[in-house]
Amino acid sequence: MDWSVISQSLPNFVAGFKLTLWLSFVGIIGAIIVGIIASLIQFFKVPVISRIVTAYVELARNTPLLIQLFFLYYAFPVMGWKMSAKTAGIIGLIFLGGAYMAEGFLGGFDGVPKSQIEAGEALGMNKLQLARYVVFRQGLALSMPALAANVIFLIKETSIFSVIAIPELTNTALDLIGMYYRSNEYLFVLVVAYAIILIPLIIFFDWLERRVRYGTFGN
Amino acid sequence: MAHSGINVLFEGTNFARLMGGLWTAIWIAALALVIGLALGTLLGLLRTMNSKIIRFILMIYLEFFRIVPTVVLLFLVYYILPRQFHVNWPATWMAILAFALWVSAEFSDIVRGALESVPVHQRETGLALGMNEWQLFRYVLLPQAFRLELPATINLATRVIKTTSLLMMISIMDVINVGQQIIEANNQNYPTGVFWVYGLIFFLYFIVDYPLARWAKHLMAG
Amino acid sequence: MAEEVLRVEHLNKFYGDWQALYDINFKIDRGEVVTLLGPSGSGKSTLLRTLNGLEDFRDGSIYFHGKKIEPSHQQWLALRQKIGMVFQSYDLFPNLTVMENILLAPVKVQHREEGSVKKEAMKLLERVGLADQADSYPRQLSGGQKQRIAIVRALAMHPELMLFDEVTASLDPEMVRGVLNIIKELSDRDHMTMIIVTHEMNFAAQIADRVLFLENGKILEETPGKQFFEHPQTERAAEFLGSMDY
Repeated sequence: MDWSVISQSLPNFVAGFKLTLWLSFVGIIGAIIVGIIASLIQFFKVPVISRIVTAYVELARNTPLLIQLFFLYYAFPVMGWKMSAKTAGIIGLIFLGGAYMAEGFLGGFDGVPKSQIEAGEALGMNKLQLARYVVFRQGLALSMPALAANVIFLIKETSIFSVIAIPELTNTALDLIGMYYRSNEYLFVLVVAYAIILIPLIIFFDWLERRVRYGTFGN
Repeated sequence: MAHSGINVLFEGTNFARLMGGLWTAIWIAALALVIGLALGTLLGLLRTMNSKIIRFILMIYLEFFRIVPTVVLLFLVYYILPRQFHVNWPATWMAILAFALWVSAEFSDIVRGALESVPVHQRETGLALGMNEWQLFRYVLLPQAFRLELPATINLATRVIKTTSLLMMISIMDVINVGQQIIEANNQNYPTGVFWVYGLIFFLYFIVDYPLARWAKHLMAG
Repeated sequence: MAEEVLRVEHLNKFYGDWQALYDINFKIDRGEVVTLLGPSGSGKSTLLRTLNGLEDFRDGSIYFHGKKIEPSHQQWLALRQKIGMVFQSYDLFPNLTVMENILLAPVKVQHREEGSVKKEAMKLLERVGLADQADSYPRQLSGGQKQRIAIVRALAMHPELMLFDEVTASLDPEMVRGVLNIIKELSDRDHMTMIIVTHEMNFAAQIADRVLFLENGKILEETPGKQFFEHPQTERAAEFLGSMDY
C-alpha cells in the first residue's frame, strides 16, 4: 500500500464523494416523494390510477437499475429525449427508489392495526380523517425500518452510475485504476469512502428507529 | 436506409445470442446462490452460538457486505485475486465468488433471524421431550426456521438475478454485454435498435424476477 | 311513553355463505341498559359491531330514533357521532396524548370549538379520576386507565347511545371494578342508553334492565334483567348461567 498514491488521489475522491452524496440526496428525496404519493394511491385503492402505480412499482422493483439507466441514457435519445448522464442517473434512482419506498410505506400503512382504524371509524371519522389522524402517522413510524434500508440501498446503488460515466466515487476509482494501475490503493480508498458515508448513517437510523418507535408506540 | 428497429432482434443469430447471454447470467446467479446459501446457513448457525468472538467476527463480516456496494465487491475480487494472490481465474468464476460471499453474508442474517424467532417454548418443548441439541435443531428448529426464511431467500435470489446486470462491467458476455455488441454492430441499419434491444433486456429481467417476487409475497401473506 | 332510541328488525348477517346472525329483533329506549349475553361465538360482538356500521348486514333494518338507517357510508359517518363505542382492546391512538385522543374527534370530526371541548374533557377526566394524566401518552397508563380514557373519548362526542364490547375482558382483575363502576355511574347518574356485551355476570345482573341471550347467532330469549338471572326462560340460558360460576 503506497500512501503517497492515496494522498495524490484524494482531490479526485473528494470530488467523487461530494457527487455521490449530492446524487444520493436528490434521488432519495425524489424517491420518498414518489413513494409517499404512490403508496397512498395504493392504500386507498384509487380506481385505475392504483393499477398503474402497481404496474410501475412491479416494473421498477423487478428490473436492474443498470438496464433502467441504459434505457434512459442510450435508448431515450433515439426517441428524441436527450438528457445528461447525471439527469439520467437521478431520474433512474427516483424511478427505482420511488417503487421501493412505495412498497415500504404501503407496508407501514397496512401494518396499522385494524382495531385502530375501527376505533377511528367508531368516532365518526371519514376516510380522509382516518388517513390523516390514524393511518399516516402510525404507518410512517412502522415503515421506518424499511425507509432506513431503502436509503442505504439507494446510496449503494449510485455506484452503478459509473456505467454511464458519472464521476461519482466508484467511477472515480475505476478511472484512476485504469490510468495508474494501482488497484489496491484506490479500492481501499473507495471502500473507506463508502464506510464514511454509510456507517454513521446506519448508526443514525438505528437510533432514529428506536426513537420513533418509542415516540409513537412506546416500545 | 432505416429499417424498423424491432427487426434488429431477429437479424441473424441476434435473438439466440441474447438468450445465450441471459443464460450466462442465470447460471452464474444460480451457482452463486447455491454456494452462498450453503455457506450462509453455516455462518447463520454459528451466529446463534454463544461464543462472543465468533459472533463478533461474523457481525463484522456481515457489516462489510452491508457497506460495500456489489459493484465495488465485484472489482475487489476482480483486481485483488490476480494481483495479490496470483489467482488467475476466468471472470465468471470471480463473479460467482463475489456474489456467493455477498449471498452468504445476507443469508446468514436471514438464518439467524429465523432460528431466533422460533418461540422459546418450542425449544423447551423439544428439550422436555428428551431431544438432544442436534435433534432439537433437526426436527424442531430447522423445519420452522425454513418456513420463516423462505420468502426472504426468494427475495435475495431476485436481487442476485438483478445484480447479474453488473457482470458486463468485468467483461463477462452476459445479456447486456451481448446487447451492446448487437447495438453497435447494427447502428447503421437500425438506428432505433438500441431502444428495442434494451427494451427486450428490461423485459427479460422482469419476466425472470417478477414471478419469483410474486411467489415470495404470496408466501409472506399466507 | 318511553322514547325509542334504536330498533332492529329482521336483521341477518352473513360472512360469505356462513350466517352469523339470524333474524335479530329488539329495541332499546332512552335510558335503558340492554346486556347481550351468551357463550363465545354466539354473535354478541358481531351484533354490537353491526349497530355501529363496522359490519355490514345483508337484510333487515335498523332504526335510529324511528328513522330507518340506510346502510350507506355517509349515513354511518353521521350516526357514529351519536353512537359511542368502546372496544375490548381500548385502541387509544398511541401517538397522541390522553387529551389529544379525547379532543381529536370532537374537534376534527364534529368541528366543535377546542377550548370548550377541552374544559368538558377535563371534567370527564376528573370524573374518572384521571385528570392528572391528561398529558400522558397511552403507553404510560395501565390497562384500566386506558379503558377509562377510551370511555371518556367516546363520551366527549355527546353520544345518545353507548356500545360496550367486552370492555373488561383484557383487564387485570383488580382493574375491572374501576371500569365497571364508571359504566354503572353512567347509567345511574346520566341515564345513558347503553348496550353492553360482557362476561361479568355480577355486573350484568346489577346493571341490565333487559338481557338478550344469544346462541349461534340467534336471540334465544329476551328477559328483564332481574328475572333473567333468577329465572331464565330457556334451558340453554340456565345452563349458561350455571356454567359461568359467578
